[in-house]
This record gives sequence, C-alpha cells and structure tokens, in this order.
Amino acid sequence: MSRRTADLRVPAALLIPAALGVAILVLPMVGLIARAPWGDLPSILTSDEVLTALRLSLVTATVATGVALVCGVPIAWLLARTALPGRSVLRGLVTVPLVLPPVVGGVALLMVFGRRGLVGGWLYDTFGVSLPFTTEAVVLAQVFVAMPFLIVAVEGALRTADRRYEDVAATLGATSWTTFRRVTLPAVMPGVLAGAVLCWARALGEFGATVTFAGSFPGTTRTLPLEAYVAINAGDSDVAIVLSLLMIAVSVTILIGLRERWIGAA
Amino acid sequence: MSRARLAFAVTAAALLTVACGGDDGDDAAAGAASTTAPADDAPSGTVTVLAAASLTESFETLSDQLRATYPDLEIVYSFGPSSGLVEQLLAGAPADVLATADTKTMDEAVAGGVVDGEPRIFARNTLALAVPAGNPGDVTGLADLANPDLRIAICEPQVPCGGAAQRLLDAAGVTAAPDTLTTDVKEAASLVALGEADAALIYLTDAAAEGDAVETIDVPESEQVVNDYPVAVLTDAPNPDGAWAVADAITGEPGRSILGEAGFLTP
Repeated sequence: MSRRTADLRVPAALLIPAALGVAILVLPMVGLIARAPWGDLPSILTSDEVLTALRLSLVTATVATGVALVCGVPIAWLLARTALPGRSVLRGLVTVPLVLPPVVGGVALLMVFGRRGLVGGWLYDTFGVSLPFTTEAVVLAQVFVAMPFLIVAVEGALRTADRRYEDVAATLGATSWTTFRRVTLPAVMPGVLAGAVLCWARALGEFGATVTFAGSFPGTTRTLPLEAYVAINAGDSDVAIVLSLLMIAVSVTILIGLRERWIGAA
Repeated sequence: MSRARLAFAVTAAALLTVACGGDDGDDAAAGAASTTAPADDAPSGTVTVLAAASLTESFETLSDQLRATYPDLEIVYSFGPSSGLVEQLLAGAPADVLATADTKTMDEAVAGGVVDGEPRIFARNTLALAVPAGNPGDVTGLADLANPDLRIAICEPQVPCGGAAQRLLDAAGVTAAPDTLTTDVKEAASLVALGEADAALIYLTDAAAEGDAVETIDVPESEQVVNDYPVAVLTDAPNPDGAWAVADAITGEPGRSILGEAGFLTP
C-alpha cells in the first residue's frame, strides 16, 4: 500500500550492509534446507522420539500460554490502567526475562523451586513435592521466559485502546470488573491474541531454562528443542536438522499469520 | 623438525616410564624430556583443544602449568560431550587437538578423516555411584537406581559417560529408572552436588572434583567398566606445532601427574 514505491534510489551505503544483514539472518535457514535429509524426512518425523517430543512441546507450550494469559493479562492491565506506586519498577521486573539468557532463568528457577531452593525446599519438606525433572517444571520454565512477551503485547494494546468506552461504561454503572470483562477485554482482544501467539511460539522454542531447571527425559521433560540438542550431541545431525526445520516451519507460519491477521490489521 | 624431535623425546619418555612402571621414575624422565624442548623454537600462538567435559579441571591445571614451559602458547578449551565435539569437528569447527572420553567417539573422528596420525590413550576412568553429601536418598548400591521414587541422573546413552553407565548397569543386571538424561557428565555431577538428584552415575574423577558436596558409594562392578581417553592432533590444525606440544604434554608430563592426581588411571 506504499505510496512511494517509485522512489527506488537506495544508496549503496545502506544497501550493502542491509544485504549482508539479510544474508546473516536467512543463510542459516537456507543451509538447513540444503542439508535436510528429504528422503528420510517422513520416517524421522514419525519416529517415536520425535512424536513424543512434539506432543510434549505442544501440550506444555499450550498450558504455559494459558497460565501466561491468566496471570499476564492482569499484570498488563495493572501496568497500563492503574497509578500503582512503583509501576515502572514492576514493569522492569516482569520484562527482565525478555533480555535475560534463558539458562540464567533456569539456574534461578532451580535455586528457588529446586528441592533445596527457597520455595522448593518448603514444598518438598511439607508436601513431598519436588518440581525439577517434571513436566510442571517445563511449563514453569516456559511461563518464565514467554509470559513477558504476552505482557508487553497486551500492555501496548491497552495503552492504544480508546478509554472513552470504559469511562462510558463506568458512568452507566458498570463495576470495574464488568467494565474490564465486557468493554476493555473485547477491545484489546486482537492484542491479547497476538501476545498469546507470540508467547506460545516462545514457549515452544524454550531451551535454556528448561534443560537447566527441568532436565531432559523423553516424554516427561524433553521438548522439541531439547530433542534437537540431544540429537546433534549424539552425532545424529539428520534428526537435529529435521527437528530444526519443523520448528522453523512453525515459527514462520506463526509470523505470517500474525502479520496478516493482527499486526497488519492494527 | 623441532616438533618431531620434541614428540620423539616425550614419546620416548612415556615409553620409558611405561617400561619402568615406577611412579618415581616418571617425573625424572619427563622432566628431562621437557627440558629438551628447544627454547629458541618453542611453540607459540593459540592452541584450541576440544575436550571431554570430564577433563575440565585436569586440563585447566595443565594449561596453568604449561604456561611456565611455553610462555608464548595460549591454550583455549572447549569442553563438552565427546560425541558433540566430534560432531562439531566433522562440521568443520577449527581446532588443533581433540581429547575424548572413549575410543568410540575418537574412532568416529578418525573415520571422518579429521585426525592426524594415531590417537594415543592418555588416561582411563571408571564410574562412581555419586550421591549428595549425607546421602538423603539412602542409596546403598546400583540396585537403588531402579527405584522410581529416587531422583536419578544418568548421561545420555550416546555420550561416553552414558555408554559406560549402560555397560555398568548391564553388568550389574539393573534396569535404571532415570529422571533426567544429561548431555554431559558435568551436568549430572552438578545435579548431585545441588542435591536435586539423589544419585547419579558419573566418573570417579568428576565425583572427586565436586569435593565435599558429593559422596560416592562403592560399586564392585565398576572395575569392569573402564573408559579409555584418547587424544589426537587434528589434520586441519591451524597451529600444528602448538598442537603437538599440547598433545605430548597430555600424554607425557605434566599431564600424567595431573590426571593421576585427579583420580584418572594413567597408562
């Protein structure tokens, strides 16, 4: 829809580094496609290990996204709509995982929820519950790294939404909870959906926090990225390539879908 | 030709010590070998060594000690699971020396044509049943690894420590119920040291390296399962002189003494 497509005189000083940058971003994917064992693709994709990891990944990423929606949307609302003291500190804190190396998150989770951790030690002594090496730990690791994506997306949507409808609802006697449920939430639904999809994709790709905090065992904690890592370390590069292609396909599909449906429309 | 001469001297020293078999003879013979290294033509530059995770502490001590012998030589390590390191090499990772935790992974590197000459065995390692200090899971032997209520960490079956663990479990007739399969032995050792795993099969040397945080349980079958550690210089080594000097220091002195102190058996 650009009105200035005719102006194509791009200076070389911009074009060359841009082309280099595109090569850095795109070549690895081209390399994967070039090296892919297309003949063995069906058998690898339907192998027990891959299907087990795929199932675990889909389930954990979806549950993690659910948890992130339940907790993340209220956080975003607090950040966007209230004059909470220390709001900017809170925003900083809940978005730290965006820039934190995930493995740091994994170590931190282990120190808190591990069997000798701050909270985990109490859980274990009181209830005999121990989180590491469980599927719940995978979900927790995914929520830790992925929820900030949802919070940021929803807060952005809330800030750009027209608040007059909320004011009208309030003057008509709606409680703040009813206003949130019936007016605010429907208005920012595209932003919530976009955030949820981003969060789900990030959870699906989670590796560092998961392997550090939840460990790696087929069917319980070994998600797709962990399976790919195990495969490359075991000298099984074909499986690693196929798993990588699978995850790229999911990511690209999501990005295209997001662009067309929500981001493009917004 | 200094490289060949040095290699000859150290190999000769190693052969001598093997022939003598006495611990006291080692240091003297190897000491003599290292002083024959020509000072005017000493190896310099950077040497990249890909090494099994279980060698971490020993090799770091080695490079500290080599700094005195070869002040111009800088050794850079990449520690990881041997199988993963070989995979990196076959994909073209630039490195000078490869040291793996079993012969199977080294054989893959040889078959891939990335190894220059014959790999040399420089150390042997056995497994230990490691538990956190105080043994919270009351582990008494390998049979406890079948207990689903205990948190068990074992290495991936494809990496050397995992292969050794499988052989040990087979020898003992135990079907383990692990809760996590770690990519390398250090990961399993950390889980025990942190108390997150009640027991793990790790190398004796890694259990020793964790100090007081980890206790070991005697496993009679462990003597039957021994991993040989080979080292080799790589065909495309960017710094072959440095590579041979480091490989010789690993198979000879000060490598033997350091590895022996860490609990490795030296050939």
